[in-house]
Amino acid sequence: MSMAAIADAARPAPAGRASAREEIRLASRDLGQGLRQTDLSVPGVHCAGCIRTVENGLRKLDGVEHARVNLSTRRASVQWRGEEAPDLLSALDTLGFPGHLAETGGDRMDPELGRLIRALAVAGFAAMNIMLLSVSVWSGADEGTRQAFHWISAALAFACLAYSGRVFFLSAWSALRRGRTNMDVPISIGVTLAFALSLFDTATGGRHAYFDAATTLIFFLLIGRTLDHVMREKARVAVRGLARLAPRGATVIEADGRRLHLPVEEIAPGMRILLAAGDRVPVDAVVEEGVSDLDCAIATGESAPRRVAPGAAIQAGTLNLSGPLTIRASARADESFLAEMVRLMEAAEGGRARYRRLADRAAALYSPVVHATAFATFLGWMALGGGLHQSITVAIAVLIITCPCALGLAVPIAQVMAARRLFEAGIMVRDGSAIERMAEIDTVAFDKTGTLTLGRPRLVEDGKTAPGDLEIAAAIAARSGHPLSRAIAAAGKGTQPVLTDVSEHPGLGIEARLGGSLYRLGRAEWALEAGADAQDAGTVLSRDGRLLARFAFEDAPRPRAREAVEALRAAGLGVTVLSGDTPGAVAATAASLGIDDFAPALMPAGKVERLAALAASGHKVLMVGDGINDAPALAAAHVSMAPASAADIGRNAADFVFLRDGLDAVPAAFTLARRTGRIVRQNFALAVAYNAIALPIAIAGWVTPLVAALAMSLSSILVVANALRLRGAGNPARGRRYAPRLSPEPGL
Amino acid sequence: MSSLVFLVPLALLLGAAALGAFLWSLRSGQYEDLDGAAERIFLEEEGDSAGGEVDPGKSPRKAKSS
Repeated sequence: MSMAAIADAARPAPAGRASAREEIRLASRDLGQGLRQTDLSVPGVHCAGCIRTVENGLRKLDGVEHARVNLSTRRASVQWRGEEAPDLLSALDTLGFPGHLAETGGDRMDPELGRLIRALAVAGFAAMNIMLLSVSVWSGADEGTRQAFHWISAALAFACLAYSGRVFFLSAWSALRRGRTNMDVPISIGVTLAFALSLFDTATGGRHAYFDAATTLIFFLLIGRTLDHVMREKARVAVRGLARLAPRGATVIEADGRRLHLPVEEIAPGMRILLAAGDRVPVDAVVEEGVSDLDCAIATGESAPRRVAPGAAIQAGTLNLSGPLTIRASARADESFLAEMVRLMEAAEGGRARYRRLADRAAALYSPVVHATAFATFLGWMALGGGLHQSITVAIAVLIITCPCALGLAVPIAQVMAARRLFEAGIMVRDGSAIERMAEIDTVAFDKTGTLTLGRPRLVEDGKTAPGDLEIAAAIAARSGHPLSRAIAAAGKGTQPVLTDVSEHPGLGIEARLGGSLYRLGRAEWALEAGADAQDAGTVLSRDGRLLARFAFEDAPRPRAREAVEALRAAGLGVTVLSGDTPGAVAATAASLGIDDFAPALMPAGKVERLAALAASGHKVLMVGDGINDAPALAAAHVSMAPASAADIGRNAADFVFLRDGLDAVPAAFTLARRTGRIVRQNFALAVAYNAIALPIAIAGWVTPLVAALAMSLSSILVVANALRLRGAGNPARGRRYAPRLSPEPGL
Repeated sequence: MSSLVFLVPLALLLGAAALGAFLWSLRSGQYEDLDGAAERIFLEEEGDSAGGEVDPGKSPRKAKSS
């Protein structure tokens, strides 16, 4: 199902081997008495067999006291004791379930969701019982029974209002205090007045009480609200389950040579840090010793690895690829590149905060009309001599019948259905307003490295390399973790020769012996004999210093990138590329995807400026990006989207996160957002039409509690049924969805 | 009428008991891993005590049942 997509997308970040156990310790939570808890994300578990393998395997480790797998969230929580953390990650690797550290406490249920479910349970209990009593009152119970039932209903309704009604009262109050109005204001007024009037009528022995209307209203609205929350929670858990890219700590070399693993926050400028190959740079620093290549794709958007030597300044967030480095921190974590991006993000976050939800805008129009109508009805009945009690009763009946039950459900139900469809397609939505904003866009701005492309180089096979040479190169390259080596290794086919004396030279390349000759794969100036072809840079394969083959690389575009761009164009959207990479690389990618509007070599602030300029000229822009340098732009855009491979900061800033590799997630999300917008408008129209019919009946004073209960339920069901249409047409995954469940699970 | 005097409170009491049971199950974390609970019935051992003794590679139960 969808979780399998998470497994695909959550490629574990290459954490530093030496510091992996220190990272586990830093990420753990102290439970007291020496016991610590670590939460691991294990995307691969899917059946009872997996649970048993993982739990038993982890329990066998030294120091582990307890291990439990949560299959719903694909997490394992491990409690352990001891000075040094058990090597949980490599244990998981050995068990065949690669995992990564999760934010501790991330799978704890959101307190707000618990509150909503409890409120829903109380409202459901009260509404059902009051409805039972009301039915016997409506069918003509004698006066004594009616009185008794009204009093019991009053007690139940009071409990319901006091406990479950709080959700609406608090939200309405906080809106009113800020001089605004939202959907909860008319709901709160309607419910409270209905209860107060019914209580008065019960005390004075009246025939009609609206306790059932007040409680069912709360019950229905809470259903919508709870579903909305469940959906968001699901998306949040899925996004939090992705591997964290930023390091939690770093190995610091003290003045006396001792090595100490410190949390990133405690690293001060001037400290010397040991950076193993595969580690990410924790803070801005200067290289002191060692030569290596840095992958800057996620930090600056440059697709080609950067070679660094002593004296080079390096940015936090870049990935050390080939050799160990000793670096000297030049800034604190909160003054580093990453923190700079956070500041830019906060400054940029203006447009989105100003956005007002559709439902709130509707409420701003709706509640004055309804309340004025109710007041006019009261005045009208008074003028016609209806008496104070009769006039108030009719006016409150108007409020109850127009109480926006359908309106309150119109938006959340449609968005819940949309979020569910997106979840099935591997797209996580942060909240409902993101779907509303997505439907409004007219321009899409893409980042290049890691967004339009996969951020992984691919070998360009020009046919000039002799097949035998390619096999040798692939065999050598397979020994290295460098991205260019991996690309060459991936291109190798057929049988691979057996190499001896393989050694990697950081920042230069790899050499190996085969049949008496020395082969070198790497930088031209290192692999070739001095003076042979000094001006030719690039990656080459050489035998005893003579050129055998030259390799060129390209950044592979994401699957279905071209189709996605074409689909967005066909939908009438403008497409542009905002990249931090070199003009040449950006132009090549843009041309291959048929995009003619692009801006290369942009700094993070430059991207924000571009978006601001677009916004100033009246455009609503969707930003799709993945890097740390994209985070401010993601926050500044009208709505934003990030792939699962994005930097932590970008993933958290984006409204949508797509877990599968294909770029077709972008047009898919846009199309569904448009359809949701249409359904929401239809729901509004239905609710208004219902009011147009019900209002005259209410003003005429014909509304009894029975009529009110029927009318309200009917309008709610209509709105929900309309929203359910989002599930239907055009869902190819629908039939297959439950298929894996039917087949017996392997391993049992 | 007289029957209602105890039947209605009885009905309310039963409803309240169900509500209480639901709130209790919610609080004790029984809804935190619904998928896992469904799968765990296939596991022979439960809890920590038997955890170390069962060899995950062998499953004698399966050989008999299928």
